Amino acid sequence: MQTLIVEPNIVRPDDFYEALIDMHRDLTDEQSQMANAALILLLANHIGDLGVLREAIAAARTSVKPT
Amino acid sequence: MTTDYQKVEFPYVRSQDQDAREPVDHPVVVVGAGPIGLTAAIDLAQQGVPVVVLDDDNKLSSGSRAICFAKRTLEIWDRLGCGERMVQKGVSWNVGKVYFRDELVYSFNLLPESGYRRPAFINLQQYYCEGYLCEHAQALANLELRWKSKVVGVEGQGDGVALRVETPEGPYRLHADYVIACDGARSPIRGMIGQESIGRSFRDRFLIADVKMQAGFPPERWFWFDPPFHRNQSVLLHRQPDDVWRIDFQLGADADPEEEKKPERVIPRIQALLGRDAQFEIEWVSVYTFSCSRMDKFRQGRILFAGDAAHCVSPFGARGANSGVQDAENLAWKLKLVLARKAPDALLDTYDDERGYAANENIQCSTRATDFITPKNNVSRMFRDATLKLSKDHAFARRLVNSGRLSLPATLHDSPLNTPDCDTFSGEMAPGAPAADGPVMVRGDAGWFLAQIGGDFNGVYFSDGTLSGDIHRSFASLSRGAIPLTAIVVAPKGISLPDSPGGTTVVEDSEGLLRQRYDARAGTFYLMRPDQHVCARWRRFDVDATRAALARATCTG
Ligand SMILES: Cc1cc2nc3c(=O)[nH]c(=O)nc-3n(C[C@H](O)[C@H](O)[C@H](O)COP(=O)(O)OP(=O)(O)OC[C@H]3O[C@@H](n4cnc5c(N)ncnc54)[C@H](O)[C@@H]3O)c2cc1C
Repeated sequence: MQTLIVEPNIVRPDDFYEALIDMHRDLTDEQSQMANAALILLLANHIGDLGVLREAIAAARTSVKPT
Repeated sequence: MTTDYQKVEFPYVRSQDQDAREPVDHPVVVVGAGPIGLTAAIDLAQQGVPVVVLDDDNKLSSGSRAICFAKRTLEIWDRLGCGERMVQKGVSWNVGKVYFRDELVYSFNLLPESGYRRPAFINLQQYYCEGYLCEHAQALANLELRWKSKVVGVEGQGDGVALRVETPEGPYRLHADYVIACDGARSPIRGMIGQESIGRSFRDRFLIADVKMQAGFPPERWFWFDPPFHRNQSVLLHRQPDDVWRIDFQLGADADPEEEKKPERVIPRIQALLGRDAQFEIEWVSVYTFSCSRMDKFRQGRILFAGDAAHCVSPFGARGANSGVQDAENLAWKLKLVLARKAPDALLDTYDDERGYAANENIQCSTRATDFITPKNNVSRMFRDATLKLSKDHAFARRLVNSGRLSLPATLHDSPLNTPDCDTFSGEMAPGAPAADGPVMVRGDAGWFLAQIGGDFNGVYFSDGTLSGDIHRSFASLSRGAIPLTAIVVAPKGISLPDSPGGTTVVEDSEGLLRQRYDARAGTFYLMRPDQHVCARWRRFDVDATRAALARATCTG
């Protein structure tokens, strides 16, 4: 069974982060939110494994609302 | 003369039971002559169980109700002998299209494969469906329809149920060994015994219009999210017989149902969709809200709840009547065996196991679709719209778009009546699955596999073109059991065999599709229930294993 990878896994983390922020360039808040939603959906499909996705969803929720 | 099914009125006829001193006893009383009560009554009567149907009204369904009847429902009605008329009158369709704003984002085919007798769906007004079922029921000698007969009291007793019935000529009493309560979403019977249907109501209102017009749209299901002609809401279009079209407009939660029904509000909405010059006539308009709910247990002693009385869904996915018809057929054969004392009462508990499982699946599908169509907050709307936008270019997102997961029969995976596989199989026909159809040749004529099975238990033997004397003798012995099993031999494509002397029907798998659909090889043997569900299968026929599986499927083990 796969589990959510939380150890460093992105090959060039700074490049990724820059690209992520860059995605939002010139976007209104609403467009940005829309782009975020699209990005989540695209990445979720790439991951595919429901167990991993549920773990990520839980981790994301805990980060804003600790249980 | 053609019958106007919207106007038919059935006469109230005094029954002899009204003059009896003591409540007359009937094996089965069905309460409610909607699609589910009628299906249950016909199935029982044709299996030899006399049935009385009581309905408080004397007309067929009125207004905008069910239109989409699914392939499995048609197969059930085929078994009962009333499917063909429905399909002849109905509009057959397989394709759905989804639009977002002004673009087609994708289209889907619900039955991409050929080699089935029935399409994924037909659209047919509920009054035709009920009218045809009623006409079929009226022709059965052991089925009695009593109109204007309202059940006002039920009381479970050890050996049955006492009923109080009100008629235009006053009340009378009846006694039934079993009652099937098909008295609809508000089920008075459910209330009388202190039960409830519990679940979730959705706030959004929907305007449902049936409109008569000449229009060139193809027979497909068209669904729009946020179209230019009805901003921020959804619209659904379906074609029905007689040039009638069903249009559902989502109105949001704040709409005023009385205002929205007024022609001056409805006509502009329809014109926005069809164009200002469109010629149409409004047949019906209603404003609905929807909910998904179910009773905790569909069996309450000797009262068995089926259809909307037992469970309700929002209509996205057309799982209401379609699931209720499956309830009816699940119950009919079990009740017949229990009444004939060939199976213990415990067999009726499995009605709740199996149809409760199916109801959960239907409620889950309908709830998810309704949530997708009517997002509850900004975030869910954002994900919804992002999904729709992505779906135009990305196949994965199309799988997430949910304009209704259209009714498919549940595969009863965990049913206690199944014998788990001990051999390896692939494909869909696992124990608990409703049997797949396929084209066959029977005695030189082209026909369909499902027309050969059902009503009784069947053993389906995939042969290499021969049938040994041993197997033949085993089939003959199984056919004489207390619960008889009728064997069907499936010969490979290209090989036609005469029916065997013992009466076993031989069919030719004329396009080889049965072998594929059942993942069958020479020697594969399937045990099928009277409701055409697989309950066991093996790579080799074994008479003892078959007997054990039959006992398990009837709680007689
Ligand atoms: C807008 C809309 C669209 C729908 N579309 C679809 C669809 O496309 N496909 C689908 O499968 N389903 C659809 N449905 C759901 C479908 O209409 C119901 O699931 C179906 O009618 C349920 O049938 P039933 O026999 O259980 O109950 P009902 O059809 O409600 O029949 C109950 C019967 O019981 C009688 N009765 C009630 N109380 C008593 C009493 N005390 N004594 C005697 N008789 C009594 C009533 O008169 C009635 O005849 C739709 C529903 C709506 C509202």
